[in-house]
Amino acid sequence: MMEALAYPFFQRALLAAVLVGATASYLGVFVVQRRLSFLGAGLAHAAFGGVALGLLLGTEPLWVALPFTVFVAVAINWIRRHTRLAGDTAVGVFFAVAVAMGLVFLSLRRSVNVDAFTYLFGSVLAVGPTDLLLGGATALLAVATLPRLWGRWAYATFDPDAARADRLPVDRDDYLLFVLMAVAVVVSVKMVGIILMAAFLVIPAACSRLVTQRFVMMTGLAVLIGVISSVAGLFLAFEADLPSGATIVLVQAAAFFGCALLGMRRGS
Amino acid sequence: MNPSIAIEKLAVRLGQRDVLRDITFAARPGELVAVLGPNGSGKSTLIRSLIGLVPLARGQVRIAGAAPGACAAGAIGYVPQIKSMDRTFPAQAIELVASVQRNAWPGRLDAARRDWSLKALRRVGAEHLADRQVSELSGGELQRVYLARALATDVQVLILDEPETGIDAAGTSDLYALLESYCSEQQGTVLLVTHDWDAAMHHASKVLLLKQTQISFGTPAVALAEEHVRAAFGHVGHAHGVTGA
Repeated sequence: MMEALAYPFFQRALLAAVLVGATASYLGVFVVQRRLSFLGAGLAHAAFGGVALGLLLGTEPLWVALPFTVFVAVAINWIRRHTRLAGDTAVGVFFAVAVAMGLVFLSLRRSVNVDAFTYLFGSVLAVGPTDLLLGGATALLAVATLPRLWGRWAYATFDPDAARADRLPVDRDDYLLFVLMAVAVVVSVKMVGIILMAAFLVIPAACSRLVTQRFVMMTGLAVLIGVISSVAGLFLAFEADLPSGATIVLVQAAAFFGCALLGMRRGS
Repeated sequence: MNPSIAIEKLAVRLGQRDVLRDITFAARPGELVAVLGPNGSGKSTLIRSLIGLVPLARGQVRIAGAAPGACAAGAIGYVPQIKSMDRTFPAQAIELVASVQRNAWPGRLDAARRDWSLKALRRVGAEHLADRQVSELSGGELQRVYLARALATDVQVLILDEPETGIDAAGTSDLYALLESYCSEQQGTVLLVTHDWDAAMHHASKVLLLKQTQISFGTPAVALAEEHVRAAFGHVGHAHGVTGA
């Protein structure tokens, strides 16, 4: 384990794992409690469209994926609010369209798409200083929402009508939440991979919901589980020479079954 | 005495449809106004327009001295239909009450905030529910916790949307006793949407009968006169027999 820490790439990956695990789990409690679990997969696949466009244009893919995914997140929330369609339908439409666009962009590229596979499946080796900077900035943004927005998001999650009646800007807050989720997804995909990103948003929060009785506890425990599973999964991946994203998700899955058993024993 | 709620020629449109039109009435401090009407008559829309959730198409509304959505914080208490909340949300009843203090979900319940919330629950006889999970409360218990929350800030106007839903007869009787005591002791104004004609006859100072437009407004005996009930429901039926109006 100490040997791994001597490698600069592993140090970067460890820091990225902590940032990604904490941020995604913090936002994940709202995803889980609002029954938006499909949204994580939808935004990750939207990021795929943006990454592919970035590769086609020959620029840093994350800088293209970021506005692309934020646009999709805003569009999904707009459709949810202003049409008769449910949120999962809006996610389903953008999910498919973004993947289709991504495949078209990649097919237009006249070189081997090795980079695209890095984003699809994630790689700790690919985490660079820019990714750490973006991850750190996103984590700071998430922390900045704690004093004011966490309580408003939580209240609107519990009862949106009552929150609106109390004159909270529920619609504006929802857009902020969706945008922050989109940013968190984009900065995480390089390490976690597009295919597994949804797990980071959903599993730690689901674990926490199984064993807690208060939303504040659910949030804190989800972040703790997100960070611990990311760090443990990363070390396990290094020791057993396994893919990092997949190993972390499997550690999260083990935590989920443990929490499910604990929840059943407590009768919650 | 100035009315707490003053509505003149209120109209609401949702999409291309007129949901409400020509609603004019006033409610004074100490009055309990029951809003009755058939399903789809615009009762809940009226409430939602008063608290600023639905925009007005026409008309003037003053509630607690201001336009809808512009009242001072804590001037209006709202008890929504229980169906709008997430019953799976991990929360204790006391947190729901405490949330009204900062208009946000409470992260930490310090001793002062806990005492304040317990006092609000005590006021409606629900102190024993403080540490219970919201998901484990019956409809009546939950309604009582929402009421504690709504009354915690000395509101001038209390608005309730079908508060007796999911409550048994004894619970409904307790609820109206609480509302009457709020009206008489604090000179508060209550506006509630209900399907309970009997309760409206016995407990309301005024009744507003709706069917997209205002059919009648006045004391229960006047507003629920046979011709008005027939105009709203197409027949007199069971409800009129119960009330004896």
